[in-house]
Amino acid sequence: MTTAPATLVHPMSKYIREDRLPWIYCPGCSIGIATGMIVRAIDNIGLDFSKVVFVSGIGCSGRTSGYFKTGTFHTTHGRAIPFATGVKIANPDLEVIVVAGDGDLAAIGGNHLIHACRRNIDMTVVCINNWNYGMTGGQFGPTTEHEKLTQTSPPPIGNMEHPFNLIKLAASSGATFVARWTAVQVRRGITSIEKGIKKKGFSFIEIVGACPTAYGRMNKLGEGVDMHKHLLEVTDIQNGLPPHEAEIEYDKRIVCGEFVDIEKPEYTDVLKQMHAKVRK
Amino acid sequence: MPRREIFTMGDIACAEGAISAGCRYFGGYPITPATEIAEWMAVRMPEVGGAFVQYEDEIASITSALGASWAGTKAMTATSGPGASLMMESVGLAVMTETPVVIVNIMRGGPSTGQPTRGQQGDVFQAKWGSHGDYQIIGLTPASVQEMFDLTVRAFNLSERYRVPVFVLADEVVGHMREKLVIPDEKDLKLVDRKMPTVDPSDYLPFKPGDDLVPPMALLGTKYQFYATGLTHDERGYPTDSDEVQIELITRLSEKVLRHVYDIIDVEKYMLDDADIAIVAYGTPSRSARKAIKDARAEGINVGMLRLKSVWPFPEKIVSELGSQVRHIIVPEQNMGQIYYMVRAFAAPTPIHLMTKPAGTPQLPDEILQKIKEVHSL
Repeated sequence: MTTAPATLVHPMSKYIREDRLPWIYCPGCSIGIATGMIVRAIDNIGLDFSKVVFVSGIGCSGRTSGYFKTGTFHTTHGRAIPFATGVKIANPDLEVIVVAGDGDLAAIGGNHLIHACRRNIDMTVVCINNWNYGMTGGQFGPTTEHEKLTQTSPPPIGNMEHPFNLIKLAASSGATFVARWTAVQVRRGITSIEKGIKKKGFSFIEIVGACPTAYGRMNKLGEGVDMHKHLLEVTDIQNGLPPHEAEIEYDKRIVCGEFVDIEKPEYTDVLKQMHAKVRK
Repeated sequence: MPRREIFTMGDIACAEGAISAGCRYFGGYPITPATEIAEWMAVRMPEVGGAFVQYEDEIASITSALGASWAGTKAMTATSGPGASLMMESVGLAVMTETPVVIVNIMRGGPSTGQPTRGQQGDVFQAKWGSHGDYQIIGLTPASVQEMFDLTVRAFNLSERYRVPVFVLADEVVGHMREKLVIPDEKDLKLVDRKMPTVDPSDYLPFKPGDDLVPPMALLGTKYQFYATGLTHDERGYPTDSDEVQIELITRLSEKVLRHVYDIIDVEKYMLDDADIAIVAYGTPSRSARKAIKDARAEGINVGMLRLKSVWPFPEKIVSELGSQVRHIIVPEQNMGQIYYMVRAFAAPTPIHLMTKPAGTPQLPDEILQKIKEVHSL
């Protein structure tokens, strides 16, 4: 009798619905790396995973919630944050994490994002910025740079609009923890996600990634490996830089780091105070 | 709390009904003529240990209520036409993910901004068909301050029982009128809570229904792990583009409501026993109709009313039977005719006479009386 070869078990597999693998993502996509960062951050903190709730919206990044082996909810386009807010207020003991793309969070869900920052509810938002709408085949979105090519920003001009800088948006809207890393700064990204989760307040972490299938192809940015190598080359780590200086320019310089870490009364804490006062 | 009697407004009765039903989460956005519900909830929710949250828009308001519901809290939102239009996206999400939630629409004049301070019944069809795709919801139509309380309690019970969004559709007049409200002793209120899973977490299939077609609902943050999505999903909750699963799911989502119409439908039969003319009405026009019926009977005309306290699912069988009982049916509505078309669909070939009034002042008793006389002479 021969012994069956030992099966390699991924150290993070306990957090993942393996019965749903292989997942939908294209070769060279950054979403898998970002998903890995999130579960490693949770593993490092040692959270009770059954008390962690994932909420996502629509798009490639919106599909991530379905791969986490805990309570997960896949909302409509842009509505992950309001759904997550309802969850957190109804049960403040839960650790609520929103994983979403740039289009979902900053375009159709943009109003919810800025108001959640202002409201300061304790949750962690991980925004995977791949510079375009990937799932629908590559259209320009709220982070697409000026003159870049997409299916809806064709030559000769390319994108006629201008992008949001999500760090500036979140910081100026009142988020209490704001950080940006690219998909190749995995260790630093994990640390920031840990800090975001531990933060009693609204945390926004942007993971700048690559969409070689759509955005990369149309703008001749190379394969997934090329794009990730490029992200490493243009990263400029500037922890503590004022958020309004956290520039992002795909070709030249992507400023990464932790830019905001402030204290502000958190919504569910204030609600508890309200309960205590009115019940006197 | 013991039984109480107060003199109050429909909107406030609705809020108190929600609190009595166990609602502990209200997400809302200010809008006339539903604002009093939000204002009352802002004060009352903290007193009962709940949360009132004012959002940036109605989309967030209802979506947050869905989130609260999945965290185990009975949740509601309240709005009027423009807000209801924004909410339709999440109504579909609630249908697809089988989320208990109560949506109150204090109906005002439309379309668009319309007449914010004036009542109408123009959103009755929107409540049923406003979100895309095929589905069933439940729609209740109170006609008094007391019913604003009673039917809001019922809305929560039905929503929990069938895991479906339930609309309370009150016109502005009902929302703003002041009458006596009896809040029953909490011991006398029958409250329903959603079914929860009892199986071992490893055996839990989040969208596998029971014999009643309703699946037990696990909550977020419990030992049950699950994926709930607005995508078409199988019993495990996993997305699929299979024809078979789509047909099975969409059929079940409708059937779980339609199979229980005997439990859901709520009508009042007023002086119908010997009637040869019937009025079918709901909300404020039914109040005018009641007076008109008394006056007409004083003049020897046998007229009665089928008053709809629930419009969705539509009481097809009851209206069909009414059609074979009476010679004529009059439908006074504060719109261009909506429920009228449903009555026509099920009571034909009995002649159906529509009285439209898409304006703030409902059909007055005299106007309905004149219509009764006109129809009587046919």
